[in-house]
Amino acid sequence: MNALQKLLGWVDARFPLTATWKAHLSEYYAPKNFNFWYFFGSLALLVLVIQIVTGIFLVMHYKPDGSLNAAGVPVAFASVEYIMRDVDWGWLVRYLHSTGASAFFVVVYLHMFRGMIYGSYRKPRELIWIFGVIIYLALMAEAFMGYLLPWGQMSYWGAQVIINLFAAVPFIGNDLSLWIRGDFVVGDATLNRFFSFHVIAVPLVLLALVAAHLVALHEVGSNNPDGVEIKKNKDPVTHIPLDGIPFHPYYTVKDILGVVVFLIVFSAIVFFAPELGGYFLEANNFIPADPLKTPAHIAPVWYFTPYYAILRAVPPLLGSQFPGVLLMGVAVLIFFALPWLDKSPVKSIRYRGPIYKWFLAAFVISFIGLGWLGILPATPLYTWIARGLSVVYFAFFLLMPWYTKIDKTKPEPERVTG
Amino acid sequence: MSQQEVDRERRKFLVAATAAVGTVGAAAVAWPFIASMLPSARAKAAGAPVEVDIGKVEPGAIIAVEWRGKPVWVVHRTKEMLDLLGKHDNQLADPLSDMPQQPDYCKNKFRSIKEQYLVAVGICTHLGCSPTYRKEIGAADLGADWPGGFFCPCHGSRFDLAARVYKGVPAPINLEIPPHKYVSESLLLVGIDSKVESVGA
Amino acid sequence: MKLIKQLFTLLAFVPLAAAASGGAEIRLDKAPVNLSDKASLQRGAKMFVNYCLNCHSASYMRYSRLQDLGLTEDQIKNNLLFTTERVGDTMTAAMKYSDAKVWFGAAPPDLSVIARSRDPDWIYTYLRSFYRDDTRPTGWNNIAFDKVGMPHVMATLQGEQIAHFEKVKDHEGNEHEMFDRFELVKPGSVSQAQYDSMVGDLVNYLAWMAEPAKPKRMQTGLLVLAFLAVFFVIAYYLKKEFWKDVH
Repeated sequence: MNALQKLLGWVDARFPLTATWKAHLSEYYAPKNFNFWYFFGSLALLVLVIQIVTGIFLVMHYKPDGSLNAAGVPVAFASVEYIMRDVDWGWLVRYLHSTGASAFFVVVYLHMFRGMIYGSYRKPRELIWIFGVIIYLALMAEAFMGYLLPWGQMSYWGAQVIINLFAAVPFIGNDLSLWIRGDFVVGDATLNRFFSFHVIAVPLVLLALVAAHLVALHEVGSNNPDGVEIKKNKDPVTHIPLDGIPFHPYYTVKDILGVVVFLIVFSAIVFFAPELGGYFLEANNFIPADPLKTPAHIAPVWYFTPYYAILRAVPPLLGSQFPGVLLMGVAVLIFFALPWLDKSPVKSIRYRGPIYKWFLAAFVISFIGLGWLGILPATPLYTWIARGLSVVYFAFFLLMPWYTKIDKTKPEPERVTG
Repeated sequence: MSQQEVDRERRKFLVAATAAVGTVGAAAVAWPFIASMLPSARAKAAGAPVEVDIGKVEPGAIIAVEWRGKPVWVVHRTKEMLDLLGKHDNQLADPLSDMPQQPDYCKNKFRSIKEQYLVAVGICTHLGCSPTYRKEIGAADLGADWPGGFFCPCHGSRFDLAARVYKGVPAPINLEIPPHKYVSESLLLVGIDSKVESVGA
Repeated sequence: MKLIKQLFTLLAFVPLAAAASGGAEIRLDKAPVNLSDKASLQRGAKMFVNYCLNCHSASYMRYSRLQDLGLTEDQIKNNLLFTTERVGDTMTAAMKYSDAKVWFGAAPPDLSVIARSRDPDWIYTYLRSFYRDDTRPTGWNNIAFDKVGMPHVMATLQGEQIAHFEKVKDHEGNEHEMFDRFELVKPGSVSQAQYDSMVGDLVNYLAWMAEPAKPKRMQTGLLVLAFLAVFFVIAYYLKKEFWKDVH
């Protein structure tokens, strides 16, 4: 027994190190048929780490201060440029964080889409899905509040518009939005509370949720592209699922490959197109926040635009914006209901019938179409298109109990394929 | 069986290669983060050499300028003060300035470039307080043999007018003499070294 | 699935041009931005200090950073340092922000990142599109920025031009005044071609100043991608080797 083994034994007697390693990696049996779509879970974890590490280093230099410095520039805005110029490698840390924000949503959207097409939200994985949707909500809050911090024109007016949405809530709306801002307009008070939430509160919640998401996943085991349970077919002697392979080393080496490919794309953006044509960093956000001058066209960052388009598509009722706000909220929250809306006898898209596939395609088109429209200025034509797409968006969910029941499914195989 | 032996070697190699390349990558990624904690361009600019006009410092007077956020004293020592400097070496911890608390060009009796001007960082070498300038000879609270110098109010450390520390006080070593040079007769630049003329071989 | 991937790529590469343009819809001339042309950038820095820094500051930009353009500290000190004393200082305007706010109502904007909020092509066009307009308090107007508050500070170089407009009917029959061409009525100290090239240098400098780290960013990027390419090969064979067990 060498020294290292001795040390391990010492630790194991006091902390379940080897047991944890076995339970979650070397003896966690994952289906052997994961495909391309199964990279995005580990990638989301990677982006979370990138955001936390870069965030820690940004906070060392960033100043959440809306007051003007001697040159007439808000201190917060100036401190971002300070990071970009005066701090050694500060530009890299900042671009990693700003690109990471968008990358997070790309990865999470693809991860959610994976869950949808293979029915990963179905019994017994409803709680994994619910934790996931809460993570998504927390991520939206995190991104929204983080976006205010550079204190540019888009930061400022984006926050102003979104916070004003809360003013549409009947009876308490005005007091509510005032309370969120802590001032009569978005100001220093707003900036500081958003900073607090962005760097402490929401990340803590996110980490806890991610842990819950993973614990729940490892309790029931991973789904797979065939949507059949690998735990149904176990080796009679070892009780290891016949279609399962240990996560380590097989999926660790596979995920390393996925990480490298992701990093190639991610680095290409960070180093060669950090603004990504205005989608990741907007031109108007290089103008310091000016409470007296609204930019001609305000659009949220791309990952919010589908919901923003739904908000704009709903006509005001009795002079109140509330229906739009409500529908936007429902559009996000409806994901929670997915496990109970789906009545199909099969999980995976591979064995579903044509009706589901048509509905899913329509949903994808509506989501991307709404996202596209949310970036553009609203014109009457676009508003009508957005209304049509919003109907499609909701139809996908609300009609699901009906069309998944009548759809002609193919029989699921006993064992996973491929 | 032999096939598996070959595989194992290959696997070992690939795992080692991945670990090696991954470690190199991780180290390369760590560097920008570590470097971002070094003094920024702003801090370096603020720490740039400071010009001091010493023409207006009266004999016996002291001025303090800020350099890298620290007080730097310039004391215009009178002839009388300079004469007293050599007389209490036995009470000092490091009378000959053997500790590297000064640039080479100030390792002399007066710890200065020009005899009359003492340039020193006004931070006590004990715990970082700033001592006070006590030039009055034989001050009542410092003893009849006090030849003038600096007294740290925090823990009572004493320094003479060449910023040398006394024995038996909390401060262990002499005050630091910052790099400095004279641009002209009355213009002092703190924060940049005088060119050390090589004296002989 | 392929369709979705294609849609994502399509979405990613349509630039948000509209967000960056300024006000009026005019044809923009291409600015000669070339960040590796150090001589042009040095000339542009000199232009910036001489013509812009009186009213505008670049308060995130340190003079010392001009060393990236191949200038020495002494060259910066002797040729470019007018509003401050130390090379480590930032480029603050000769005019104080608080004074400017009182005098002009709105202070001239800080120009450090102007080439990131405005398209360099727009700035290049704008700086060459001033024309005489007696209805304006400054006596100047601009085709790229109607009713601009800024006077033509480089008029001694460019000279004075007037703008000719033509009446155009749109498809609804309404008449509009459309810009047709400029006419130089008072020549400046340099030829038009020289002026264009000088403004080109200035815009090149503004583009560089908006992100001085850009050249280093590109360089680092190549190294990072080269490293990842090597890593990819190793990771690919590692995965393939282990997955022999599964397949």
